[in-house]
This record gives sequence, C-alpha cells and structure tokens, in this order.
Amino acid sequence: MEKARVDLPPKGGFSFDLCRRNEMLTKKGLQLPGFRKTGTTIVGLIFEDGVILGADTRATEGPIVADKNCEKIHYMAPNIYCCGAGTAADTEAVTDMVSSQLQLHRYATRRESRVITALTLLKSHLFSYQGHVSAALVLGGVDITGPHLHTVYPHGSTDTLPFATMGSGSLAAMAVFESKYKEGLTREDGIQLVGEAICSGIFNDLGSGSNVDVCVITKGKTDYLRNHQLPNPRTYISSRGYSFDRGHTEVLSTKITPLKLKAEVVENDAMEE
Amino acid sequence: MSIFEYNGSALVAMVGKNCFAIASDRRLGVQLQTVATDFRRIYRIHDKVYIGLSGLATDAQTLYQRLVFRHKLYQLREERDMKPETFASLVSSILYEKRFGPYFCQPVIAGLGDDDQPFICTMDCLGAKELAKDFVVSGSASESLYGACESMYKPDMEPEELFENISQALLASVDRDCLSGWGGHVFLVTPSEVQERTLKGRMD
Repeated sequence: MEKARVDLPPKGGFSFDLCRRNEMLTKKGLQLPGFRKTGTTIVGLIFEDGVILGADTRATEGPIVADKNCEKIHYMAPNIYCCGAGTAADTEAVTDMVSSQLQLHRYATRRESRVITALTLLKSHLFSYQGHVSAALVLGGVDITGPHLHTVYPHGSTDTLPFATMGSGSLAAMAVFESKYKEGLTREDGIQLVGEAICSGIFNDLGSGSNVDVCVITKGKTDYLRNHQLPNPRTYISSRGYSFDRGHTEVLSTKITPLKLKAEVVENDAMEE
Repeated sequence: MSIFEYNGSALVAMVGKNCFAIASDRRLGVQLQTVATDFRRIYRIHDKVYIGLSGLATDAQTLYQRLVFRHKLYQLREERDMKPETFASLVSSILYEKRFGPYFCQPVIAGLGDDDQPFICTMDCLGAKELAKDFVVSGSASESLYGACESMYKPDMEPEELFENISQALLASVDRDCLSGWGGHVFLVTPSEVQERTLKGRMD
C-alpha cells in the first residue's frame, strides 16, 4: 500500500526524497553538477504606446555554449511577456506555472490579465522559496491600466521602472539605456534602442551571445520578433560537409523492425443516427 | 570529480530527412574501472519515441522505470501513444519535481511526430528543455561530441547517410573520452522501420 502511494503521479509541488542521498554523495567528494544557465542580457523599456522587451539567445553550461539560439522571452498572457535570466529550468518552470494560473484566472473572470497580477504571482512564489528558485525576470505588458514594466529578483523583490536590464549583461545594456533612453520614444526608435542594448550585452558580456529577440507589446497587439537581428552568422562551415561512404562504419549486428501502420479509429457521429 | 563522470557516457541524436538517429556508447564503468561493455542507455518508449539517459546509471534506470509507468498510464487513459513533444514535457516535469534533489541524468529525447516530422531535444538534470533542429548531445563525452557534430552534421540527410554520419561522430568523440567507448548502439528510425545497429569500436 505504501509503495502504491509513492508511485502515483504527483499532484504538484517539489519532492525532496533524493536530497539526503545527494548530500551523502557530496560528502563523499563527488561534485554536484552545474545546471544550464542563461548567462543573459535581458532588457525592457516603455515607449510611447507600449512596452518593448529584448533578449539575447545564448544558453550556457559552465563555459560551454549549450544552445546557440534559445528563447528567453516567455509567454505569460496574450498581452504580457516575460524575459528570464538565471537557472534555465527555474525561469522556464516559473513562467509556465504563472501563465497557466493567469489563463485559469481569465477563464474565471472573462477579463484580460493584468500585469500586476502576474507580478504578484511571480514574487509570492519566488519569495516563498527564499531565493532558491533562481529566476531573475523582466516582466512587461499592456493592460487596461496602460503599459507596465517590472523587474523581479530571485528573492522576490520587485521594481517598477521605465527601462530595465537584468542578467550578467545587465551592466553593458544599462550603459546604453542610461545614455540614450528618453521618454516617449517612437516604436522604431524603441526597437532600435533595445537592439543596441542587447548587442552591447552580446559583444561585451561572455555569458550572452548569438542573436537578438524582441517583443513589442502595444494595446491590443503583440509582435514577437524572433531573431530580429542576427549579428553572429555562422561563417565556418564547408558547403559540401563531410561525406562518408556507405558501409564505412564497422557494424557488428543489425536488427530491423518493420513498423506496422496504426489502425485509425474513425468515430461515427452519434448525433447523426 | 563530477557525479556525471562516475559511470561515463556518450549520447547523441541527429535529425535527417523524415527520419532521426539516436546513438550511445556501450561502456558502464565505476570511475576508471570498466564494469560492463554491453550497457544500454537508449530506451524505447514506443515505436517512434526513444530516450537516452546519460549520467548516473542508477538514476537513469529508476527514471526510465518511472517514465514507462507514466507512459503506460497515458496509453490506458488516452488509447494512443504520446507525441514526442508531450513526452519531452513529461520528462521535463518529472525532473523539475526534484529541483532541490535532482536525478543525475541528462536525457536526450528523439521521436517522429505527426506527419513523420523528426523531433529531438535534450535537457539538463533539472528539466530545462533545449529544442534543436539539427543535433543534440549529452554525457561525459559531450564536449567532443559538440565539436564532431558541429562539423559533420548536414541538413536533410537520407537514413543511410545519417547512420554513417552519426556513427562516425560518435566513434570519433568517444576516442577522446576515457570514460566512454567500447563501440556503440545506433537506432535509426524512419516512418516505415527501425534499424538497431551495434557498432564496433576501440576497446581501450
């Protein structure tokens, strides 16, 4: 009976049953692994009719580039998006969880989600884990009360700002914003400035790299410009590539399993009869 | 020493034209001592979805058992197989559940989805998904695999060409890693058949 309970799919929340074993392994001198991080540049700014978010697209594992073109601007609601920096699994999980809560809230209230709702859900989750869920976020969106931009720190503190940067490239990006940001930027100038700030992170911070993603949120419309700029195209590949002759690799045994076509069930419409 | 290097492993998956291949080495060791030379790290979930689990072998096997259990429950409830994307989300959420006491596994998931579109993906041990269009690698030989695949991979390969390509990338990489080797297992999956091949490799 005890066993059956343990094996049932969980209803949610974290499980701590490997913590003791893992602690024992560390004491024996085994190193715990590094996690995939987004050593990141993420930015956001408010322009004349909405919010622009920007991010680079590099994911790292220690000094290795694990993903050259990952997505760091996460969907929260049709009118709210969120850039994530920190441990990749945490930013992904925390934004997914809040976006699902927002969707359910919309079903219940039949109203557009507000940015402040998302902010409160994020900070109360992060605060309750006391910084152990390491997600640093830039949250932006436009709702009934106008455009909003917030930053969220891993411990659950938040800021409300006209322009914001986060991640390891935040200083490089902030240098650009501090010298060039002004109130009431046009859409084109806003996108240009966000691109410039992200590029500053890409080229001056080693944790950030590859391409520029931009997300422009205005009242009633969201444009996700994936790979808006590609400042680091691949130049080193041979056009022909390597080619190996068939049967070049020494094979010891081969097992071939033909796949059967799955029968498709066609359901009759019960109402028609 | 990192816990990922305790048993040693090399895993790679590559996408071809309407097909994919997933390959692993065959060594199981305890640090520098080799224990088995016919070890399996790639598991079949159903005909068109495969998962490779690199890292600590004990966790890989436990995780595999839990995944099979969850997939069977899904099959019973839904009367169909899981799509690779769905399966990847399942693996990701099972791993993230243990955020503060993780399984020491880095999975590689490969499958054929609707319209036989290939899907490959890898994760870190907390379940952060990395979707790729070309190839994914993991294990103690991952650094050399990145190098080999980066130069050998070509888009839209036919099944046999893909097999040669992934095998050469794997064999070249495990020769630069003490902790993995002893040949390889390759699964080559096309819409009509699955070919499982055992590769001959160096035995040192």
